[in-house]
Amino acid sequence: MSLLGRQTWKFSNNIYLNSSGTAVGPMESEGPLGSYFDKSYNNLHCDQKNWELAERQLMEDAIDACLQKAKLKAEDINFLLAGDLLNQIVSANYTARGNGIPFLGIFGACSTSMESLALGAALVDGGYADRIIAAVSSHNATAERQFRYPTEYGGQKPDTATFTVTGAGAALVSKQVSDIKITSATVGKVVDLGIKDPFDMGSAMAPAAADTIAAHFNEMNVSPDEYDLIATGDLSGVGAPIVKMLLKEQGFDISKNHRDCGLMVYRDDQQVFAGGSGCACSAVVTYGYILDEIRKGNLKKVFMVATGALLNPVMVQQKETIPTVAHGVVLERAEGGI
Amino acid sequence: MATKEEQQAYAKKIKPIQPKPPYVLNCLKAFIIGGLICLIGQALQKFFMTFFNFSEETAGNPTVATLILLAALLTGLGVYDKIGQFAGAGSIVPVTGFANAVTSAALEHKSEGLVLGVATNLFKLAGAVIVFGAVAAYVFGMIRYIFQQVM
Repeated sequence: MSLLGRQTWKFSNNIYLNSSGTAVGPMESEGPLGSYFDKSYNNLHCDQKNWELAERQLMEDAIDACLQKAKLKAEDINFLLAGDLLNQIVSANYTARGNGIPFLGIFGACSTSMESLALGAALVDGGYADRIIAAVSSHNATAERQFRYPTEYGGQKPDTATFTVTGAGAALVSKQVSDIKITSATVGKVVDLGIKDPFDMGSAMAPAAADTIAAHFNEMNVSPDEYDLIATGDLSGVGAPIVKMLLKEQGFDISKNHRDCGLMVYRDDQQVFAGGSGCACSAVVTYGYILDEIRKGNLKKVFMVATGALLNPVMVQQKETIPTVAHGVVLERAEGGI
Repeated sequence: MATKEEQQAYAKKIKPIQPKPPYVLNCLKAFIIGGLICLIGQALQKFFMTFFNFSEETAGNPTVATLILLAALLTGLGVYDKIGQFAGAGSIVPVTGFANAVTSAALEHKSEGLVLGVATNLFKLAGAVIVFGAVAAYVFGMIRYIFQQVM
């Protein structure tokens, strides 16, 4: 592995994303990408007794689907790198308790999807692991309880609010040849431009996304045209135009090849305010739809930037602003692969 | 960490992009739904006065109780939050909004058990209303008492 500049990893060995698994709730399965997901539930409880169990079920399903496709068992995996949005990342902890894979729990809010994938790729590249699984989950109702109000509370949300995606995604990374390569990753720094409104996370996270994307272009010495798709995790209808504007100011025009997962996962007529959010937003879109597009050859090189608002309700009540972070991973179609 | 100037510049820059809350429309929706809830209350009061021989004053209690029951039912059926998203203050301010705050908290914390879950968190949202209600009643009671002594 080699370090480019201050914060970009260029993987020197051939690191492959071998398989992936996704599980989603009812709203996501009815969305435009519904057919790309491995497991869909028609009820928000995912056939479980409470919301927390539902989220855990989703993460277990995603990991199971990922292992099944790779024809591997949990014992074949060296490390599970996983996280979610709940206190003490309980969904990840309890999932790891269940499957017994040596576990590194990580938290980067909604950026955890790419944080886990980048770290996992680095472990494999450095020879510290043969196979890792990177997994994340989020659930609309657990996130509402954790960060906002009870699910059935009748408070009005503004149009800048986002809707937490119910789902989970998992990806298997190793040096074993497959059709998708992980070639580089850029670790973001925590950026805070003073947004205090927890119902406007798009505005809060856009500067972090712009910072990471610009750093990536500079350190890799590439232009935005290098990529067929530059995807952001969950900037939504508010943050997506802001990140384009911020990057344009720095001389990078991503307007042609940028898409936001938060705007891809739901239909326009679904009641989701400004768009989808949550760890699972970037995870299910990437591990479900984008990987499929790369495999089909419709996309050749994708820079996937997961954005996270490091929101804590107590800090917000203490009048603190919302720090945000974004991590990006480059996924490429492996020419000559399987 | 961004400086105050950088924060202000960013806030100014993104202002045209952020959707503006439709204040007038929201007020109108709140007025209509809030009014509708009050209209239902009025009808209930008349109902209790006509069929159950309550006086105008005593009919208030069964009326409020019925509205609370309706709101709690609608919360449990997953309807009240949708009304709330549409009506905003229109469905939060009336007694039904209070009932929703209590019931939704109870539902949310059911998984943690009856005592530490439901009972402890029942007034998590509505508690502030009770605190300030009691404090305001005390303050205004004192003011009234002083005026009565002086006059």
